[in-house]
Amino acid sequence: MKHSVPRGDTYVWMTGGFLALCVIMITGMLLLIVVQGIGYFRPRPIDQFALQGDAEAETILGQVYSREDIPGDVAMTLGYDPAARPVRYLVRVGNRELFAQDFRWVNGPDVGMVTRPANAVCLERVEYGNAYGFVHSLRLGANRVIDSEIDAWDVFQKIHETLRGLLEQIKAREKDELGELNYQFEQHRLEVKALEYRLANGRIDSASYETRKTEIVAAMANLEQSLRLHQAALDSMRRIAREPVLVLRALGSSGEDLVDIPVASIVRAYKPNSMTATATLRFYASKVWEFLSDDPREANAEGGVFPAIFGTVMMVLLMTMVAVPFGVLAALYLREYTSGGAMVRIVRIAVNNLAGVPSIVFGMFGLGFFVYFVGGGIDALLYPERLPAPTYGTGGILWASLTLSLLTVPVVIVATEEALAAIPRGIREGSLALGATKWETIRRVVLPSATPGIMTGAILAMARGAGEVAPLMITGVVKLATEMPFDSHFPFFHLDRKFMHLGFHIYDIGFQTSNVEANIGMVYTTTLLLIGIILFLNMAAIMVRARLRERYRTAGF
Amino acid sequence: MKTQDMLTGVDERLSSATSLEQVSEETKIRVEALNLWYGDVQALFDISINLHARRISAFIGPSGCGKSTFLRTLNRMNDLIDNVRIRGKVVIDGADIYSDSVDVVSLRRNVGMIFQKSNPFPKTVYENVAYGQRLLGVRDRRVLDEIVERSLRQAALWDEVKDRLEEPALSLSGGQMQRLCIARALAVEPEILLMDEPSSALDPIATAKIEELIVELKQKYTIIIVTHNMQQAARVSDVTAFFYLGRLIEVGETRKIFTSPEKKQTEEYITGRFG
Ligand SMILES: Nc1ncnc2c1ncn2[C@@H]1O[C@H](COP(=O)(O)OP(=O)(O)OP(=O)(O)O)[C@@H](O)[C@H]1O
Ligand SMILES: [Mg+2]
Repeated sequence: MKHSVPRGDTYVWMTGGFLALCVIMITGMLLLIVVQGIGYFRPRPIDQFALQGDAEAETILGQVYSREDIPGDVAMTLGYDPAARPVRYLVRVGNRELFAQDFRWVNGPDVGMVTRPANAVCLERVEYGNAYGFVHSLRLGANRVIDSEIDAWDVFQKIHETLRGLLEQIKAREKDELGELNYQFEQHRLEVKALEYRLANGRIDSASYETRKTEIVAAMANLEQSLRLHQAALDSMRRIAREPVLVLRALGSSGEDLVDIPVASIVRAYKPNSMTATATLRFYASKVWEFLSDDPREANAEGGVFPAIFGTVMMVLLMTMVAVPFGVLAALYLREYTSGGAMVRIVRIAVNNLAGVPSIVFGMFGLGFFVYFVGGGIDALLYPERLPAPTYGTGGILWASLTLSLLTVPVVIVATEEALAAIPRGIREGSLALGATKWETIRRVVLPSATPGIMTGAILAMARGAGEVAPLMITGVVKLATEMPFDSHFPFFHLDRKFMHLGFHIYDIGFQTSNVEANIGMVYTTTLLLIGIILFLNMAAIMVRARLRERYRTAGF
Repeated sequence: MKTQDMLTGVDERLSSATSLEQVSEETKIRVEALNLWYGDVQALFDISINLHARRISAFIGPSGCGKSTFLRTLNRMNDLIDNVRIRGKVVIDGADIYSDSVDVVSLRRNVGMIFQKSNPFPKTVYENVAYGQRLLGVRDRRVLDEIVERSLRQAALWDEVKDRLEEPALSLSGGQMQRLCIARALAVEPEILLMDEPSSALDPIATAKIEELIVELKQKYTIIIVTHNMQQAARVSDVTAFFYLGRLIEVGETRKIFTSPEKKQTEEYITGRFG
């Protein structure tokens, strides 16, 4: 008998083929995310479309975000020839003063001519989205106007940084000073509530209640006074900062319109059609930096994601700090102190299956147990005067982290058990023979030898936890957190606060807004960032593990 | 050549030591009718033996005959194995070590053990030797330094590792690791030392050093050594016990066992006709 293919080769081909398939799918997905994510921050050219056809002639200025074929039946109803494969463009026209929609579809067959005017400018604004047009003039004061387009642009670029900085400063001071005053005010208010609560419970007499309350009320009046003064001062500063105005010649639906845009409200102004290579690079870098370090703007569609990065990392670290010790202790008990009966086997099976329970179930448990039961209990015990406004009895970063650590603890248990099982018996016996107790042996020899395995468990747990969103949505994640879980007020970490999370951010900007097409780029970028952060956390843990492995290498014979 | 000289030197000293025997006949360990089962399989049958203080006893016998198993009953190391059943008595210093009131931890501190397979901890050389003392609560670095150095010297390892004390023990060679385990056991100064083939991984020079050490330690310790090396048993031990298929066949003065054994099996084993 003759074999055309040596026996067994088919299996090599089959297994290899499946591996290749997996690799292709994963790299394909990563490639897509990387390409789309990286491309998002490039300066898009501004195109000018001269529309013709049945509708009255119109000129549109904006950035093309995507281009697609018009589906055949749609083309028919619109009166285009489907055989010519007409396309349409998604154009960001901005200028919310003039148009109802930021984005607009432009059908290819309607376009007469497309040009890229070199002097077209895009203004990214703090509010109201982008503005597109041409520089008309710069109004510095009531009677100081620079009329020439070139001069106006020059002067604008010189004063823009300063004015923008000024506004940022005002904003920062608002946050710091007013925030501090508001914080004190809130503390006083809570103290009054606490006093009232204690009076109602008969823990203080009404005389001392009255004296203390008058004091506090006086202090509060003082605070209010200085709050008003501060606010007034900042307001007048803001008015001055917003005085210089860039006048934009924009293309409205009925010809040209002049739009006043305060210089200080412009985040970034650029002429993408006439950018040099270095300017492009600088633009790109500043966009990336803004993305990483700034707060979101425009319902999360613009600006940065810093609070979400912070929330994600802090949540993952908190989760790991809880899940690892618990998992290790549980695994130690299972592996070292039980004698492997039926009960232990059931527990082990249960733990393994726990890892497969849908995460939303953990979320619901977290909501019911941590938020309502534990959090509600804490509120009733420690903050009764604040009720019915909850302190811990509502979603927060602590409860979200605990819920996720519940979800990831089985991973740690399984990995730790495996690490413990792999430790040679001789090492334990060596320790016991020197007069160590079981616990001493575990602490001094077994656990150190198992740390690389435990680290593997921690890495897997982190990777799993960082990517979860569903349970967070009901235990403390919000679309926009006004306060970070960390600030300068004692006790610095405010674990009761709600937080932002990159995974939820993706869901939010991708599926919870009207401008879904517009946000797709942001979705890819945020995904890329989330993957990057998980990768970074894992790399850090893997490096620590490599070090430990070097130190606690166990004999291989 | 040099090795040969050394060995003969050791030999002479050893035989002179052996001739000084009858000094102590004080019984340190008394084993009565000891039976041991691994699950349903009986590994030790009815073993009774007296082991004397400040003497070196050698256990010999073919592989799998239960020497290690028996040695491990003397510091209750078999407790760690599931399904082990023991019947009989092991009395050390007049106390039955299998009675409920015995503190296993202090028993093991008194009965040191060197394992057949060397098992250094995944720690530094220094920390391996200092381990037992640290368990006892010694923290003073100078005390530890001194004990580590003394133990390593006794185990004939000091010169080789004195510059690598902070390196991982697992970077040592197999023979060095074995001597490290000996040093580690010596560092806690047990009264009884159980050695399961301590020199199986050592070269002749290190073996000679270890044998020298064993003889030296005899002044203070009770030593039991398992060996497959007949010459070694003859060189160092005062008493030799021959095990076969889980039974103690014969025990007696080493010279007598090696020159005129009573049992035929013993003679056949010693002369190399089986095993
Ligand atoms: N943990 C164990 N479980 C079951 N049987 C065991 C176990 N350890 C040893 N045995 C059995 O007990 C018998 C004696 O083993 P032991 O290790 O005491 O022999 P030994 O004399 O030390 O041999 P060697 O010279 O090869 O070291 C052997 O048959 C072995 O298979
Ligand atoms: Mg053995």
